[in-house]
Amino acid sequence: MQSLWLSLKLASFVAAILLAVATPLAYWLAFTRTRAKFLFESVVALPLVLPPTVLGFYLLVTLGSRGVLGKLWLALFGHTLAFTFEGLVIASCVYSAPFAVQPLINSFESIDKKLLAASAVLGASRWRTFWRVIAPLALPGFITAAVLSFAHTLGEFGVVLMVGGDLPGITQTASIEIYDRVQSLQYAAANHLALVLLVIAFVVLSAVYAMNRKALSPWTAR
Amino acid sequence: MRNFVASSLLSLSFFLAAGVASAQEISVAAASDLSFAMPDLAAGFQKQTGIKVNATFGSSGNFFSQIQHGAPFDIFFSADVDYPRKLDAAGFCEPGTLYEYATGKIVVWAAKDSPLDIARLGWKALLDSRVQRIAIANPAHAPYGRAAVAALKSAGILAQVRSKLVYGENISQTAQFVQSGNAQIGILALSIALSPTMQQGRRWEIPDDSYPLLIQAAVVLKSSKAKNEAKKFLDFIKSAAGREILDKYGFRRPPRN
Repeated sequence: MQSLWLSLKLASFVAAILLAVATPLAYWLAFTRTRAKFLFESVVALPLVLPPTVLGFYLLVTLGSRGVLGKLWLALFGHTLAFTFEGLVIASCVYSAPFAVQPLINSFESIDKKLLAASAVLGASRWRTFWRVIAPLALPGFITAAVLSFAHTLGEFGVVLMVGGDLPGITQTASIEIYDRVQSLQYAAANHLALVLLVIAFVVLSAVYAMNRKALSPWTAR
Repeated sequence: MRNFVASSLLSLSFFLAAGVASAQEISVAAASDLSFAMPDLAAGFQKQTGIKVNATFGSSGNFFSQIQHGAPFDIFFSADVDYPRKLDAAGFCEPGTLYEYATGKIVVWAAKDSPLDIARLGWKALLDSRVQRIAIANPAHAPYGRAAVAALKSAGILAQVRSKLVYGENISQTAQFVQSGNAQIGILALSIALSPTMQQGRRWEIPDDSYPLLIQAAVVLKSSKAKNEAKKFLDFIKSAAGREILDKYGFRRPPRN
């Protein structure tokens, strides 16, 4: 069950970090009027297209002692990021980023621009407008972003396989342990773990979607 | 009239030739340690017989599962002898085709620019404080990983280095870990260490008596639709030409063959 706990921990960290990082990025992408917007949107969506093992491989190279990021990290902390939990968090953030950014962009863009104009006319700063007008209206978007990045990371396999090193308690997530069990012909253990993972994921997702319904009601005028 | 007959005979013979040629292909499931030897073997075999070899590389354990669920391979080259034997016992193999094609060897490997003189230090290199991570294949399902653990145990350093070990899914990924600089040292298959990309690195051959003989076997699969061609490939492996290629990549002749 150690691997299950690790998977949940990883997914939670990634969802939290991505919410913090994706929000400013999504805000900029939703409200910018630069002509190059489509290029930035494509870059953000890239991890969706790249196969996880390819992404994992290039992360391995970049994070290694011969890569740019790796050399920096090595100088700062004395070891490379591969085979650490922190390395998994960073890799998963890259991998799940589109799942956090896209829903947020959609949410922000669907807000009635008249409300934002009204807020500005009434003297609210952009910061205040964000917290008092945009964020509450975009709450479903935030919830979707959090849930999707959590779920996506929970099921992650390819990237973890490439940069994890399969260390129990550190980088051996549930999906990796299931794969290991299958490889060592321990099919019963693999089935058991897969079922537990499925049930936990279903319970978490159901709970969040149930809450999402309640969250919608105070803010939609019907 | 003569032209018509001549040209239609010519086109008919082309079609016949094409038809025959397209049946001349076999698909091989090969353990990752054959990544470099197999293309050479395939080329030699094709030159001799015209039969094309399509090789897929991965971990022996993976192929073992896939074959039992109907993966369409004609012949399976494992990195050990247990997986083929188990397949045989379960009835997935063509009787009498199990062939022990080599014994695998493991080496300690580090990149060319490593500060460690592995050839001189031997096992002591793994204990060096500059070595933070040692990459080995996963002993749970990779034969080379099991051999690495056995060797470490017999050298008496397993307990000391255990916290530094990281596990590759197969022996190729293990090599990737060391080559990319994420692990400072690794225990790899000799065949991988002798490959063009890894040749330049530093290596030390681990003494034979520190790990059980890594006998590697191949077997033709019962579900194969090209059994004759697959058997011909096995014959090629057994021949002098095949043996020479295997030797070049450090695959020693197994004791009985």
